[in-house]
Amino acid sequence: MRNALAIAGKELRSYFVSPIAYVVLTGFLLLGGWFFFNLLSRFNFLLSIYSAMRNPEAQTRLNLNEFVIGPLLHNLSVVLVIIIPMITMRSFAEEKRSGTYELLMTSPLSITEIVAGKFLGVLGFMIIMIGLTAIYPVILLLYGNPEMGIILAGYLGLFLLAIAFATVGLLTSSLTENQIIAAVSCLVVLLLLYVIAWPAETAGPIMGAVLKYLSLTEHFSEMVKGVIDTKDLVYFGSVILLALFLTHRSVESVRWR
Amino acid sequence: MIEVRNLTKRYGDLIAVRDISFSAGPGQVLGFLGPNGAGKTTTMRIITGFMPATSGTVKVAGYDIFDDSYEVRKRIGYLPENPPLYTDMTVTTYLRFVGRIRGIAKAELNDSVDKVLHTCGLAEVTSRVVGHLSKGFRQRVGLAQALIHNPSVLVLDEPTIGLDPRQIIDIRTLIRKLAGDRTVILSTHILPEVAQLCEKVVIINEGYIAVEDTLANLTQDASLEQVFLRYIAKDTGIPAAAAEAPQ
Repeated sequence: MRNALAIAGKELRSYFVSPIAYVVLTGFLLLGGWFFFNLLSRFNFLLSIYSAMRNPEAQTRLNLNEFVIGPLLHNLSVVLVIIIPMITMRSFAEEKRSGTYELLMTSPLSITEIVAGKFLGVLGFMIIMIGLTAIYPVILLLYGNPEMGIILAGYLGLFLLAIAFATVGLLTSSLTENQIIAAVSCLVVLLLLYVIAWPAETAGPIMGAVLKYLSLTEHFSEMVKGVIDTKDLVYFGSVILLALFLTHRSVESVRWR
Repeated sequence: MIEVRNLTKRYGDLIAVRDISFSAGPGQVLGFLGPNGAGKTTTMRIITGFMPATSGTVKVAGYDIFDDSYEVRKRIGYLPENPPLYTDMTVTTYLRFVGRIRGIAKAELNDSVDKVLHTCGLAEVTSRVVGHLSKGFRQRVGLAQALIHNPSVLVLDEPTIGLDPRQIIDIRTLIRKLAGDRTVILSTHILPEVAQLCEKVVIINEGYIAVEDTLANLTQDASLEQVFLRYIAKDTGIPAAAAEAPQ
């Protein structure tokens, strides 16, 4: 565990001593801010129209959770699909290219410690990155009355989504020493998981259900609506564990190939 | 201290190392000589546990690298051909990180880092970023990284490659100082280096051990250059000389 933390600390530091962390965080918050600003002004616009029309029924259907937080989280999840492969592509590929992989592999570390260290490092970065976007709901809480429970469920969903993306990124990075290959293959896998449910309606009852179950968006949408179901937690948990397990295998294969 | 027995490594169809055996005793500096592509780096990577052999065994300090890989890795300090440096860290941060993953207790970490900084002449660059250092200093940081956990076996893969003459002399002096009671395997294709540093020489060619003998025996009636050329010219590579070599 001590060794894993040493590696995690090194990983996290490597993001912040280079411009990577600052560029990624700035970009993420800039886009997030733009989404938030636009969703909020649309909400205001609708609110003013409905009150001008003196339509109290429609007015009660307008709420911050459904019109601002929900779409915001969905937009952020799309940004994560693109940005996370670029954050994780270095993790193993860069070590292999620069030769530091030899240092890790010839040190008295177990593969589990190496993979756990890499995972905890990226987990820390995700906590910082998602944590910073908490500013938007905080603004809403200060000036409005959104439902706290739904926000927390949605953020838990976004966080689990980010972790699942990141472990897929670790896996693809462990398979190659080329960072571009790592990033592109991760992006493809994530996009595929994102859109896999598209043919669900026409694919027949069994296949449709399978595709829907595999889709990240389906599980994420449930949590954005405020529903924390064991089924969704199990889904994210299995994606994360499977990706970490395969990463472990892939790293191990270098040692005993 | 190090015992290599019948080691073979294949990469698909290519056989990089064929059935080689040699050994190095405690405190011995072994020069591992051979032309480029002879299998030096492969052998060293196997000894350090970076990759597995196709067949054969290696024992370091009595531990088998396959069965007790963890114990072996604790006892080996390894400087690969490209020093494994994190170029965005400072020298001290880097060495502290290496110390931690090599299992040095937190209480002793500062002392260990100070010690290698001093030994490797890095005291003046402690807070510089590794990526901004000159090649000579990087090589020293590489050596410091291999030494930090005070290993009983040091494996150095071409430690003086690409350095200027002054730096080469510095690194050689350093290696001589380090040898002491450690077993050192030093791979190189610079012959004078071997003549200056090593007691024992293993010449490897096309994956075979061409000869294993003490430096004194080899250079009795010819210079090391002549001996080297003679052995690498024999492309049959039958390790006849190895069989009668003194241990």
